Amino acid sequence: MGTTNGEILLDVRNLQKLYPVTKGFIFQKQVGAVHAVDGLTFHIRRGETLGLVGESGCGKTTTGRVILRLQEATGGEALFEGRDIFKLGKEELRRLRRDMQIIFQDPYSSLNPRMTVGDIIGEPLEIHNLARGKEKVRRVQELLEVVGLSPYHANRYPHEFSGGQRQRIGIARALAVNPKLIIADEPVSALDVSIQAQVLNLLQELQKEFGLTYLFIAHDLSVVKHISDRIAVMYLGKIVELADADELFANPQHPYTEALLSAVPIPNPEMRRERIILPGDVPSPVNPPSGCRFHTRCLYAQPSCRIDEPEFVDIGNGHWVACPVRPFKTQRSRAAVYREPASAPATS
Amino acid sequence: MAEPLLSVRNLKTYFYTDEGVVKAVDGMTYELNKGETLGIVGESGSGKSVHALSVMRLIATPPGKIVDGQIMFEGRDLLKLSDEEMRKIRGNRIAMIFQEPMTSLNPVLTIGEQIAEAVILHQRLDKKAAWERAIEMLERVKMPAARQRVKDYPHQFSGGMRQRVMIAMALSCNPSVLLADEPTTALDVTIQAQILELMRELQREFGTAIVMITHNLGVVAELCDNVVVMYAGRPIEETDIKRTFADPRHPYTWGLLHSVPKMYERSERLIPIEGQPPSLVDLPPGCAFTPRCPFAMEVCAQADPPIVEVEPGHSARCYLYTDKATEKEKQAAATAGLAAVARTKGM
Repeated sequence: MGTTNGEILLDVRNLQKLYPVTKGFIFQKQVGAVHAVDGLTFHIRRGETLGLVGESGCGKTTTGRVILRLQEATGGEALFEGRDIFKLGKEELRRLRRDMQIIFQDPYSSLNPRMTVGDIIGEPLEIHNLARGKEKVRRVQELLEVVGLSPYHANRYPHEFSGGQRQRIGIARALAVNPKLIIADEPVSALDVSIQAQVLNLLQELQKEFGLTYLFIAHDLSVVKHISDRIAVMYLGKIVELADADELFANPQHPYTEALLSAVPIPNPEMRRERIILPGDVPSPVNPPSGCRFHTRCLYAQPSCRIDEPEFVDIGNGHWVACPVRPFKTQRSRAAVYREPASAPATS
Repeated sequence: MAEPLLSVRNLKTYFYTDEGVVKAVDGMTYELNKGETLGIVGESGSGKSVHALSVMRLIATPPGKIVDGQIMFEGRDLLKLSDEEMRKIRGNRIAMIFQEPMTSLNPVLTIGEQIAEAVILHQRLDKKAAWERAIEMLERVKMPAARQRVKDYPHQFSGGMRQRVMIAMALSCNPSVLLADEPTTALDVTIQAQILELMRELQREFGTAIVMITHNLGVVAELCDNVVVMYAGRPIEETDIKRTFADPRHPYTWGLLHSVPKMYERSERLIPIEGQPPSLVDLPPGCAFTPRCPFAMEVCAQADPPIVEVEPGHSARCYLYTDKATEKEKQAAATAGLAAVARTKGM
């Protein structure tokens, strides 16, 4: 859990990323667009961890990549320490990348198999003119120790390491340039549960030690809950709910969040929960449903939900939700989501 | 008790590679009763998938080979059957569903043709009847508009729908055993909930016994009656679902329970299992978990621990429950076990 001093490090406003859908071979014309990310607004304070959860295709990875400008946004702005990332020139962007780093999901494909671990971690040091020669070697060894590997690992190649160790190498590479913000895109989902716990602990220790700020992207709710201060829930390119982590779990206000939480299998056979099973699949982001994008699967949908796009509003204490129906008017305690077998139906 | 439906005894499947012999499954033993759901839990490389492929006799030889053991099913040892006899059982009496619904369907055949193929082969139905059966099965797995979609190709379906097709195919010949290898791992959590619900319903309806292979303790807790925990190719703990979570005995099981982040309580730090899973080439003697075990004793690194029946219907492969452990060591272990249990209570 990070400690924040309230200052906003990254401020994202109305972020949009559309991918054109084209038809034709030589004379391509655009016939539509994939609405990968469509109007995201959120901020991250210095030293905090913001979790971004959602199912595959909801746009969470795109969000991370667009903020780093690994892909160009098609709309909106992202202010990092007050400067709009999307307006930076090439050289300024390169300098900014010292402050923003990424950890990738797949520790197998995100490390160059032909480079030694020392070269992989040392490369950003050279690119940003931070260290060369002996100084670089010393710094690489130091970084390896910081992430729980040994200095002698610097001469080895990625294939000699297990998944968890490779993810540590990816973390060391991200740390090399002393970044302020780290975007972690599903950093533990390829790992076994015992190794996952090691890496989560490491990320938390590093945050404390170096005052890091995380945007933590994942689909696993219990992992996100464990590491985040606040959590944003995405559905089809939009944030539907954003709140303090404990608040979100205890008092979900969006029907999608409620269903998502209830769908997670809990490792406790004595616990029987009321499970909300959403009908159908996530619709295609090429032609997202009109109005509220969740209305096709929502158990509480009203006729107006099909027409009016819901506004994202603060309902108090920094709990934001994009649902005008808000079927759960009263404070829903954990027991409501989490009920014993012979109780009243979940929907009231 | 009646004869178990499927009984695996001391199954050993090795792979002969350039680096040496990989003992992927090294003494797997369990029994599966009619209508039961047995969970097999373990991390990658623990041998849980290879064991299932061994039961189906789908191990590519070379490099793999089933070197020892028995797989008793309906009074016969599957390992002694001819290929011809095995074909009559595979997909018919014992069916399997895989983790990757994307890659386990044939992309150039419609899903109807794929389901009908198994039915024609095993049930000797004619083409038309088999096609009708395919539609019926798709309806059973709640495929919307089954009659139209039966003519679609796999790429026209989402991941969750493909897994429904796989389940329809697996159940089309009404098998008595279904091996499900991580059937929901590739799916999103809301889709996973749909599929788990479906499997529960179908089991009630068809009475199929399920071997559920997974690394997800949540899925196990939801679906299974009994659980085998595997580590480095061996079963290390076996008991019913309640005791797996309420009274686990093996230090590895405790470690697993500690590693899962809690949903509803804030915990500052997880207690991971330190170190890495062992390489299955050249496993040192003794218990494979020794280097990562907080309770390791001298004897653990010397010889294989015995399977101890710690109470009726609950066994653990660990020296802590033998006279090799001192009272003090047993006491410390019991305390640690209680701590692991206390943690899961709050989930």
